[in-house]
Amino acid sequence: MFSLAPAIVFFPLLGFLFLGLLGPRLKNERLVGIVGSGTVGLSFLVATAIFIEMLGLPPEQRKEIIQLFAWIGTFTGTSASMNVSVAYQIDQLSIVMTLIVTGVGFLIHVYSIGYMHGDPGFWRFFTYLNLFIFAMLNLVLADNFLLMFLGWEGVGLCSYLLIGFWYDRKFETGGYAPGTAYTGDAAKKAFIVNRIGDFGFLLGMFLIYVQFESLNFDTVFGRAAVLNVGGEVMMWMTLLLFIGATGKSAQIPLFVWLPDAMAGPTPVSALIHAATMVTAGVYMVARCSILFALAPATLQIVAVIGALTAIMAATIGLVQNDIKKVLAYSTISQLGYMFLAMGVAAFGAGIFHVMTHAFFKALLFLGSGAVIHAMHEEQDIQKMGGLKKYMPTTYKTFLIGAIAIAGIPPFAGFFSKDEILWKAFSSEYGSVLLWALAVLGAGITAFYMFRLTILTFEGEERFDHRHVHPHEAPQSMTIPLIILAGLSIVGGFVGIPESLLGGNALEHWLEPIFAPALSKLRVVPHHVEITEYVLMVLSVGIALAGIYGARRVYLRRQELSALWQQKYARIYKILWNKYYVDEAYDALFVRPAVRLSNSLLWKGLDVAVIDRMVNGTATAVAWCAFWIRRVQTGVAQMYATVLVGGIVVILFWLMIK
Amino acid sequence: MLEHYLPIFMMILGGVLFGIVMVKLNEWLGPRRPTEEKLTTYESGMEPVRTARERFSVKFYMVAVLFILFDIEVVFMYPWAVAFRELGIIGFVSMTVFILILLIGLFYVWRKGALEWD
Amino acid sequence: METLVADIWRSTPLVLLTLVGLIALLVEGSGKGRAAAVYWISLVGTIASFVLSFLSLNTEEAAFNDMILQGGYAAFFGMIFTASAFGTLILSRSYLRRLHTERGEFYVLIVFAAIGMMLMASAIDLIILFLGIEVMSICLYVLVGFLRTKLTANESALKYFLLGAFTTGFLLYGIALIYGTVGSTSFRAISAAFPAVSNQPLFLLGAAMLVIAFSFKVAAVPFHMWAPDVYEGAPTPITAFMSTGTKAAAFAAFVGVFLGAFQIAGSKLSEVIALAAAASMIIGNVVAISQSNLKRMLAYSSIAHAGYMLSGISAANREGETGILFYLATYTLMNLGAFGVLSWVEQKDDTKLTFDDYAGFSAQQPFLAALLSIFLFSLAGIPPFAGFFGKYYVFLAAVKADLTWLAIIGVLTSVVSVYYYLRLVMMMYFQPGGATVEEPPAQMAFIAVTCAAILVVLFGIYPSLIVDLTKEFLNI
Repeated sequence: MFSLAPAIVFFPLLGFLFLGLLGPRLKNERLVGIVGSGTVGLSFLVATAIFIEMLGLPPEQRKEIIQLFAWIGTFTGTSASMNVSVAYQIDQLSIVMTLIVTGVGFLIHVYSIGYMHGDPGFWRFFTYLNLFIFAMLNLVLADNFLLMFLGWEGVGLCSYLLIGFWYDRKFETGGYAPGTAYTGDAAKKAFIVNRIGDFGFLLGMFLIYVQFESLNFDTVFGRAAVLNVGGEVMMWMTLLLFIGATGKSAQIPLFVWLPDAMAGPTPVSALIHAATMVTAGVYMVARCSILFALAPATLQIVAVIGALTAIMAATIGLVQNDIKKVLAYSTISQLGYMFLAMGVAAFGAGIFHVMTHAFFKALLFLGSGAVIHAMHEEQDIQKMGGLKKYMPTTYKTFLIGAIAIAGIPPFAGFFSKDEILWKAFSSEYGSVLLWALAVLGAGITAFYMFRLTILTFEGEERFDHRHVHPHEAPQSMTIPLIILAGLSIVGGFVGIPESLLGGNALEHWLEPIFAPALSKLRVVPHHVEITEYVLMVLSVGIALAGIYGARRVYLRRQELSALWQQKYARIYKILWNKYYVDEAYDALFVRPAVRLSNSLLWKGLDVAVIDRMVNGTATAVAWCAFWIRRVQTGVAQMYATVLVGGIVVILFWLMIK
Repeated sequence: MLEHYLPIFMMILGGVLFGIVMVKLNEWLGPRRPTEEKLTTYESGMEPVRTARERFSVKFYMVAVLFILFDIEVVFMYPWAVAFRELGIIGFVSMTVFILILLIGLFYVWRKGALEWD
Repeated sequence: METLVADIWRSTPLVLLTLVGLIALLVEGSGKGRAAAVYWISLVGTIASFVLSFLSLNTEEAAFNDMILQGGYAAFFGMIFTASAFGTLILSRSYLRRLHTERGEFYVLIVFAAIGMMLMASAIDLIILFLGIEVMSICLYVLVGFLRTKLTANESALKYFLLGAFTTGFLLYGIALIYGTVGSTSFRAISAAFPAVSNQPLFLLGAAMLVIAFSFKVAAVPFHMWAPDVYEGAPTPITAFMSTGTKAAAFAAFVGVFLGAFQIAGSKLSEVIALAAAASMIIGNVVAISQSNLKRMLAYSSIAHAGYMLSGISAANREGETGILFYLATYTLMNLGAFGVLSWVEQKDDTKLTFDDYAGFSAQQPFLAALLSIFLFSLAGIPPFAGFFGKYYVFLAAVKADLTWLAIIGVLTSVVSVYYYLRLVMMMYFQPGGATVEEPPAQMAFIAVTCAAILVVLFGIYPSLIVDLTKEFLNI
């Protein structure tokens, strides 16, 4: 059954080829939709079958590498030879990721059939989506860094293509970029910021090759397992990899692209910028856990960056009025929690949160898509309100998602978030400060999520009834919502901690993957403590307080919100402007780069040096070509003469030298 | 290595010398009585009246090429005939194949009309 | 008698193709208007020979008193030659019919040229090698000048013949000198004697003569002068044939003699070949930039590609051998494809062959433009197309043989080459214009070129399909 793994990858590829080649001729939206989502659905079925088989096997037999073909090789088998195969690694970690990618991906594909109905680029949309799934599956299933990198770049490309899917539409930058911006600009921003991270990943990969003389996971991790903790090389290697992760997973300092990425169609935001692609960085850190375990300093950095990102993005989310922007910052914040988990060596908890987050965040995004659809492309929550009357299903599912992300038991978010909070507190690599930041972030999360829910669905109707007639979304959209809502409720049960008499099944499932790293870090499982219950109650309390606060401010005493805005005008302004990060980058990097380019690089270096070099080369080439062409007279005798000249040179070389 | 070729060199040298000696001997010993008739280009042929540099019909080349081809075929047969007994049946079959291929060529040339002058 | 039968049995790909060629000749001679029949017979013959070559890949045996080697790399090359001949036949048919000059001899000559090539690859004796080169060359001299009424065709045929005959002299002289020092023309004997004679001036002289003769056939600098003129004047399918099949055959000779019979790694001969490789890469790519005629541009590009492959010969290691085999197999596909598309756009009077004639091609013929782009990207060596791995392997070989400077020149000149390949892509996609084809390409030719494009992509993603084949008979 494991040997079927390549099929998981190839169904979306087939879909991509079919739609990409025949797309323009397929007039039938239904066929495009069925092929587009069907291929992903088939992948999901195969992945499920493999998963079920894996469940029946003892842990040591759950890993298998399926070799497809040798890809880049150097033939002779010296120790420094590089041999990279196209091979897929099926194990506990990759199957979990595959199930998330194909399962949630399938639902979002189905949703898109309704969402993209009537769009002239319908086939193009599904082509890109299938390509994305293909690239993402290569990323999570690869058995070596190079193939993983190929997937990594592939999802980046798809993200670029899909953010700019409506490349001629304008989009709201939030004021930092003067002039009109098109969604194509947002796509470019995402691509460029990601390139910075990718460069880090690439350098990290070079360092891995230099250090371990291989790019295969098995070989690298095997050789790493015998090294001692510490060392500068390992620190740089993991730092570079982490820079790659911050780019793809939108962490400080490279998070700025994700809010703008909301310019893409909403299913894209749900699939790529919430559920799957942005968690690639988390997956990469988890996959390389043994490397990070050798560099505890990097782990500390990861934890701090994660916690800071979590709280920073959450505070920005407090004041945003664009429904998708709020969700985008919430995604950044939740990704921060995942990295916090990685940093405190709670790898299993991090992956657990990847999973639950995929459920509820995809749900929230798809719900927001339904709202945007119903409101005729309106995204400003100030102009919504009272929608629950018109779209009850969307409201209910959205509410479930909000409760889940707020961390109220027994919804999915509670178990995963609480696990991270507890590990942040109790782990040798955690601290009270990290925990406090995270708990504060959780409270804020609950507050802004309910602010969003209330402003959108409850209270008075603030939209213009003459132009806007809200309506419930079609079934192809609501059914995925309902399924995801169900998953958001029960999804957490696979990881009920021992303190709540659960088996913590997911963590035990992943244990063999992280065991080498954990033993390197000397992390031992804790026993159930009374502190755990105290903290648990505390975090739930704070979340409930956040929800209560939101209800109070936005439902009962609406004047409070305006009042606070005036009272804390300065803080509000900072949050509204997202801590001026975009402006700071603009001032620090973009403008100096532009200025430098305009003055020194363009007029000085480019025109004076490079252009001259290029033009000089071109002139030299043209000059050479001119003279060589002079020899190319067309007269055969001349040719024979050159031939004899060549013979003389060769004989001279052979005889004299 | 090169000394193995000595007999060949001797042979060549002998051949060249023999030719020169004979021609010179002839010139030296023979009587010379030139008449007008004897001094024409072709003693018993037509009188050449035009320049020798003129265009020939391409058919001459065709015939020449075909002649060389079939001429060489015959040249191959001499050493084969000499060694026929040692070569045995394999030699016979090989030469048959060789001639067959040439025959196919001849057939083609014939059918294409390359052997006809007009 | 048994040995004769066994020998013939062993060399079925060669014998079968010869029989097919003779039958085609008989059919052509049997009456008028037999061109179509000759075409189909030739086509079937090349396919059958291809299949037989493929089947004999793993059985390597000498036949005919150690004159011919069958199977192994000879069979691999046989596959390249028959594939190249197959493609050329298909392209020729629609090309000739468009010009109203279809004649059966054209197809027969292609088949006989392919036989010559196979003989070259199978040769394990210098005399057989010579025989193969001549069989191939004489057919090509005729094919190049086949369009008798065209002045440029006559010119290029004559040039090719004169210079070709000139270098044949060198080849024979080289063979004679090697025979003089070693006392045999058999590869096995030469290989055994090589360590002892490799520094004798006479032997080096002979080997240098072979370098010259083979370099002429692969069109390496400074023996490349004929290539642009001949490529331009020849019928386009024959240009495709010469730049793929002939080149592959000459490289088969290179591999057989310089990597099989000689052990040139690190020797002066390797230096000489490296020099020729460097010169070819530089001159081929640089001069290609200034060409406006596409056939001439591809001629210079083929000189440059000869340079890339020569770096594999000069490296003289396993990577080099595999690299050249991979390179040739994929280069055959992409060059045939590129010339195929060119031959469809080309007009009767040799027009529509410049860059400007392709402005706006993608708008009129999106699929053909996409095909041509794939071939051009692959020629430029951009992944995920097969051309990338070809270059990767030969440069890898150069680096492993401590010829890093050669690999650096190769990479730099590859960058130069991107300019002129992508110039055509740019023309097709970004320049407004109404370039199109006069009439839609013949269905079979269209399918063949599409298959070539698919294979170029496939081998670019899955290079081990070919590499594993070569590994088996190279015993890596």
